Amino acid sequence: MLDTRHSIETPEGIALQLTVAGPGVRGLAFLVDLLIRGVVQLLLALLFSVLGVAGFGLFTISMFVMEWFYPVLFEVLWNGQTPGKKLMELKVVNDNATPVTWSSSLVRNLFRGVDFLPLFYITGLVSLCVNSQFKRVGDLAAGTLVIYSSPRKSMQFDSDAPARPSPIPLDLQEQQTIVSFSERMPQLSAQRRCELANILQPVIGEKDQQAVDALVEIANGIRGKR
Amino acid sequence: MKQAAFEARYRSTWLAFEKRLNLELAGRNTAANEGDLALGSEVDCSFSEAYRLICNHYALAQQRGYSLSLLDYLNDLSMRGHGVLYRSKTNFRYRLIQFLLFDFPQAVRAEWKLVLSASLLFYLPLFGMVIGIYIFPELAYSVFSPEQISSIEAMYDPGAEHVGRERESETDLAMFGFYIRNNISIGFQTVVTGIIGGLGSLFYLIYNGLSLGTAAGHLIQLGYHRPFIGFVAGHGAFELTAIVFAGAAGLKIGFSLLFPGRLRRINSLTLAVSESVTLIYGIILMLLIAAFVEAFWSSNGSIDYAIKVSVGIGAWCVVLSYFVFLGRRRET
Repeated sequence: MLDTRHSIETPEGIALQLTVAGPGVRGLAFLVDLLIRGVVQLLLALLFSVLGVAGFGLFTISMFVMEWFYPVLFEVLWNGQTPGKKLMELKVVNDNATPVTWSSSLVRNLFRGVDFLPLFYITGLVSLCVNSQFKRVGDLAAGTLVIYSSPRKSMQFDSDAPARPSPIPLDLQEQQTIVSFSERMPQLSAQRRCELANILQPVIGEKDQQAVDALVEIANGIRGKR
Repeated sequence: MKQAAFEARYRSTWLAFEKRLNLELAGRNTAANEGDLALGSEVDCSFSEAYRLICNHYALAQQRGYSLSLLDYLNDLSMRGHGVLYRSKTNFRYRLIQFLLFDFPQAVRAEWKLVLSASLLFYLPLFGMVIGIYIFPELAYSVFSPEQISSIEAMYDPGAEHVGRERESETDLAMFGFYIRNNISIGFQTVVTGIIGGLGSLFYLIYNGLSLGTAAGHLIQLGYHRPFIGFVAGHGAFELTAIVFAGAAGLKIGFSLLFPGRLRRINSLTLAVSESVTLIYGIILMLLIAAFVEAFWSSNGSIDYAIKVSVGIGAWCVVLSYFVFLGRRRET
C-alpha cells in the first residue's frame, strides 16, 4: 500500500515502472515555482512601471499569463517539467506515460482553481492522499501523473571480476537477493555489509569482510562473469 | 543465457539506442530532419523498430530474473523511447484552422442541450431582473449595495465626459490587460468549479446573469440606456456567449460525475473533460476578442450610438451564424 511504484502496460507488451511523486516533494516544487514567478513578476513590474499606464496593462497581461499558463508552457515545451519540478526531479506525464499534451496540461493546471479551494491547496492535498497514484483533482480530470524523472542511468558493464559457484543450489529469488546485495554495496556502510553478509555465515562458512567478498563473487558467478 | 552474456551481446545496441534517443530529443528542438537522425544511429532500422527491440530485451530481462540494476536501466531506456515514440506531433497552423472551421462549432452543437440549459440559467435571471426592476425599481437594491449602484450610475451617466468606464483613452491598453485577466479567470473558474456537481458553474451563471440584469435594468429605468447599451453592444456577443459556454462546459463536467452512466466515475470525468477542452479553447479565444473590443471599441466615446448598436447587432449575427452554420460539411 505504501509502494509508490506504479506499472503501466504499453502497446509493446511491456510494463513500464514509474515512481509517482507524493505531496511533500510536489509541494516543494510548487514553492520553488511560486518563488520564481514572484521574482519574475517583480522584475516585470519594475520594467513596465517605466511605461506608465500602458505598462500597467502589459503587467496585468503578464500576470494573467504567469498565473494560468506558466506551468502549461513549461510542461509542454520543457519535457513535462516546470523549473520547480526540474529541481525536484519530477515530471508530468499522461496516464499512459506519454509526454503531456497541450490539452492535458491546460486542464490539469486550470483545475488548480479547484485544488486550491478553500485555501492553500487543501482540496488538492486531500485528493492526493486518498488515491494510490497521488493525483490531485487536476490530475484526475486531465489524466496525468507526476512521476520522478530519474537521472540518466549509466550502466557499468564490467565483465572481468572474480567469480565462484554457490556452495548450495539457490532458487531464483535467492539468486536475485544476492545479486541485489552486490549491486547495492556502494550504498551501504562497511559495517552494514558485514552485518548482512554474516547472516549467511552458516552457509558460506566465512565471516565479516571475507563473507562480503565471497557473496560478491557468488553474485558475479550468478550473473555469469568469469 | 546468463546476465553477463546477455549484457555483452546487446550492450552496443543499448548504447546506440541511447545515442539515438538524444538525437531524437535534440531533433525536436532544432527541427532536424529524418535523414540526419538516420545517420546518427548505428542500428540500421527505424526508430520504432529499435524501440521495440529494447522493449523485447526489457521483457526478456524481466522474465529471466536479471538483476535490478539492469532492469532499471532497460526500464529507463524503454520509458524514454516510449516518450519519444508517443510524443504528439501537431502542426499548429493545421490544428488552428481545423479548430476554427470544424471543431469549435461542432463541439458547441454537440453539447446543444447543455448550451441551451446554460443559456436559460444565464439569460432568464438577466431578463427577469431587467423586467423586474422596470416594474419595481427598488429591486436593484436587493442585489447591489447603494454604493455599488451609485458607482454604476456614475459610470454610465450621459452627462459624464467619458461614457463607459471613467478613464482616458491612453488607458485602453491598461483596461485591455484588466479585462483579459479578470474575464478569462472568471471563465476558467466557471468551468472548473463545475466539478462540484455543476454547482460552481450554476452559481457563476446565475450570479452573472443577476448582476448584469440588475445593472442593465437599473440603468434603463434611470433612462441611461443609451450609454449602457452603446458600451455593451460591441463585445456582448462574444463575452456573454463565452460565459454561457463556460457554464455549459462546467455543467458537463459536473454531470459526468453525477450521472456517469455505465462508466466508472473517474473515466466518465476524464472523458467529459477531454470533450470539454475544445470549448475551453473556444472560451479563451472569445474572451480575448471580447476584451479587445471592450478595451478599444466599446469604451470609445467618440463613436456614434447608432454605429455601436449596429456593430453590436452585426456581431451577434456573426457569432450565431458561426455556431449554426460552420463545420457542417464534415462529421466529427
